Amino acid sequence: MTELTNLTISEALAKLGKKEISATELTQAHITAIEKNRHLNAFITETPDIALSMAKASDERYAKGTAGALEGIPLGIKDLFCTKGTRTTAASNILNNFVPQYESTVTSKFWKDGALMLGKLNLDEFAMGSANTTSHFGNVLNPWKRNNGDTTDLVPGGSSGGSSAAVAARMVMGATGTDTGGSIRQPAAFCGISGIKPTYGRCSRWGVVAFASSLDQAGVFARNVEDCATLLQSCAGHDPMDSTSANLPVPDFKALLTGSVKGMKIGIPKEYRMDGTPEEIIKIWDQGIEWMKDAGAEIVNVSLPHTEYALPTYYIIAPAECSSNLARYDGVRYGLRVEGENLIDQYERTRAAGFGNEVKRRIMIGTYVLSAGYYDAYYVKAQKLRRLIYNDFMNAFEKVDALLTPTAPSAAFGIGENEDDPIKMYLNDVFTVPCSLAGLPGMSVPAGVDSLGLPLGLQIIGKPWDEVTVFNVSRAIERAANFTAMPATVVSKAA
Amino acid sequence: MAYLIRGETGDWEMVIGLEVHAQITANSKLFSGSATDFGSEANTQVSFVDAAMPGMLPVLNQYCVEQAVRTGLGLNAAVNKYSVFERKNYFYPDLPQGYQISQFLHPIVGKGVVEIDLPDGTTKEIGITRLHMEQDAGKSVHDMHPKKSFVDLNRSGSALMEIVSEPDIRSPEEATAYITKLRMILRYLGTCDGNMDEGSMRCDVNLSMRKPGAPFGTRCEIKNVNSIKAVQMAIDYEAQRQIEVLENGGVIKQETRLWDPAKGETRSMRSKEEAHDYRYFPDPDLLPLTLTDELIARIKATLPELPDEKKHRFMGDYGLSLYDAGVLIAERERADFFESAAKGRDAKLCANWVLNELLGRLNKDGKTLSDSPVSAENLGGLIDRIADNTISGRIAKDVFAEMMDSGTTADSIIDAKGLKQVTDTGAIEAVIDSVMAENPQMVADYRGGKDKLFGFFVGQVMKKSGGKANPAAVNDLLKSKLDG
Repeated sequence: MTELTNLTISEALAKLGKKEISATELTQAHITAIEKNRHLNAFITETPDIALSMAKASDERYAKGTAGALEGIPLGIKDLFCTKGTRTTAASNILNNFVPQYESTVTSKFWKDGALMLGKLNLDEFAMGSANTTSHFGNVLNPWKRNNGDTTDLVPGGSSGGSSAAVAARMVMGATGTDTGGSIRQPAAFCGISGIKPTYGRCSRWGVVAFASSLDQAGVFARNVEDCATLLQSCAGHDPMDSTSANLPVPDFKALLTGSVKGMKIGIPKEYRMDGTPEEIIKIWDQGIEWMKDAGAEIVNVSLPHTEYALPTYYIIAPAECSSNLARYDGVRYGLRVEGENLIDQYERTRAAGFGNEVKRRIMIGTYVLSAGYYDAYYVKAQKLRRLIYNDFMNAFEKVDALLTPTAPSAAFGIGENEDDPIKMYLNDVFTVPCSLAGLPGMSVPAGVDSLGLPLGLQIIGKPWDEVTVFNVSRAIERAANFTAMPATVVSKAA
Repeated sequence: MAYLIRGETGDWEMVIGLEVHAQITANSKLFSGSATDFGSEANTQVSFVDAAMPGMLPVLNQYCVEQAVRTGLGLNAAVNKYSVFERKNYFYPDLPQGYQISQFLHPIVGKGVVEIDLPDGTTKEIGITRLHMEQDAGKSVHDMHPKKSFVDLNRSGSALMEIVSEPDIRSPEEATAYITKLRMILRYLGTCDGNMDEGSMRCDVNLSMRKPGAPFGTRCEIKNVNSIKAVQMAIDYEAQRQIEVLENGGVIKQETRLWDPAKGETRSMRSKEEAHDYRYFPDPDLLPLTLTDELIARIKATLPELPDEKKHRFMGDYGLSLYDAGVLIAERERADFFESAAKGRDAKLCANWVLNELLGRLNKDGKTLSDSPVSAENLGGLIDRIADNTISGRIAKDVFAEMMDSGTTADSIIDAKGLKQVTDTGAIEAVIDSVMAENPQMVADYRGGKDKLFGFFVGQVMKKSGGKANPAAVNDLLKSKLDG
């Protein structure tokens, strides 16, 4: 019998529908996988009891013939999504014991469709990081290892590192993520799986702990493009509780997923061929271009002239919003409180003990750029650049249907590498940040492995609200790449 | 006539601008569905949004927007079709988000004007700089425990309008008149209940002193001035303080001061250097607010008649004096009561009854017009009986007192008590005859030239008739009998 944890979501739904397997069996198999992979530290909170009781309810609905679109599919939830009655930490000490009394819109939609929750996944603290090394609950390990005998533990990417590691290690069938500057796409690339950040406004932010409101967007991870389409279908849509959520119909992603790119124009932005990008990254990108041509697409060279300003722009806007969004963690109403001599002392002690270094760094940067005398020089200028970056994309989309780029400038690196200089870490997001600033849909799909056997991803960027094209181009890459590599631990288990 | 303060170095003139925070009358808060009832148990009107729980998002209350537009139109102000909510960042325990959602660079309402009425019967225009919408904070309570403070978030997130005046005010009287008129307009519009003692209208005073004709001096902002009396007292105190500093060769430092109503003084809260850097920036959780011409037109069409229009109409249509019209329009309910009682009747007589009798009695009983036992219709009924000579004005006062006690109509009291005026000359003559017979010496004295005794005879006749005799008939008959 096929290992249950190796099934795709589509396969599992088919077997559940035909009653070949039960939701309870499927869930139990994943709970076992979670237990076996605890060393990866992908979960902050495991919820096997909730999962099994939801599985039981799913089995009953299958028996009654009232199964939902995701009935019985076990998912992991990034611990940034508030889950009613289940601790939600944002991987921060300041929310160490916070139990929300409400359920995020995105997770509510999943449960309504019959999916079930295996637990809350680790992440960078408040989603600030690119390696999942800033979590109060410890680093997440990438299930992949270099194939040259080097036993260095590798990062899973960030900030949704728990999500990507859990999906890659077959602990969950799919996972939620959030992407502010690349937090879904880069971890997906590092762990050899698929992940999509839809258009800003496609999924509700209600109940998602905020990092940078104008950039934060929920999305999903799975092991293939089709499963991502299935998951996004469930959680997307207008929410009147989020004023930035778009009141637009959600296309039927799965029905429109043909994988055909015949006659499409695929743009290759020349500014993404940056100095110092590793040869292997350029090679996989060129490979992707060839696949597109082979599949009948036309390749068009385009220019996104303000690309070089994207990272500095992002690292002004995101910290500015973060400095304000995180002001509510003051020890007064919920979360950590460290008593002090007086009010100010209590604030200082609480926030000093509650936040980690990266979060503090961004709060300080954000406070600085919004300060009197600096606001125009930093924040206002960054907003203007953001508009120019958006215009770059819109100009390109007059000529092309989608853009193809690398997802990240390297494969997964070792834990501790890039930690000496925050700027080095920020450079991980160089290919993903422009798309975030423009609010566009972006997806990463695994395209191959590097010389050390580590997965590399390609990024597909689409027009606003055109996730359909993003999925189709991604599917075409996936088909051509025929990516079958798996982390060593998964391979040995399957054997 | 300018209001000047005589100092040791000559006359000083005050320059005052007021910032009024008015809580918008609405069933729910500016960005959440929580109720906004005053006086509820602590922390019972708090949603996850008001408590700034992680992941919660604001959703703008459309009704509050309409109320702000209505207010802008009522202040003769420009309504901005594009406005932006920004975050004003600062830490305080009763500010759950760590920022207040407010409007900064792009307020919903721009320049307007309010006409104030001064005690000497003149009017003056005070400019409105802007009106913007913002969230209220919660309330910190420091006196319940020796070492702890408590926070009540019931008010957190309630909708406020901040209405900023131009520095056009020149005396405490003008300041008082401005607040009174502003409150009247808000109440007419139904956009704020104006109850200063419940905190639904609060005031900050900006004040500087100058020699008449000189440029503006450095101003101080005085916070916590929360009654009309306090506005007057705070201005008087602060003006004297600034004059003393200036006349002793000092300079006024731009600062925020706090009015202490217990000590009757202002004291420094924070200097300009210590002022918060609020780090305003557009709230990324909210889109810019855009209003359509249709919405503004629809609200404009439903505006009530405003106090000044009403005052001029009362003077023109009913021939009332400025003073009487001013008192009647001070409250919309009072004006409505008057108009309904005056309909088809002698308006001046009605105005007198409302102003002198009804309001006087209600005031004495500690009641307001809304719980008056005498309705406008019944007051009108009483006035009808005066007009048709059924009762005299004097008897009418007794009937009115009875109406206030019993809540019944004038007619039923007149019937039950037999108060119908006697106009039958035969009956009156009989009374006169008996009075003259009882007082022969007085009659002789009168006829001997003591004209003043006429009043004595009138009094005796009225007394004997139980007050019911028609005074005009008594006069005529008495005169002819005594002189005859």
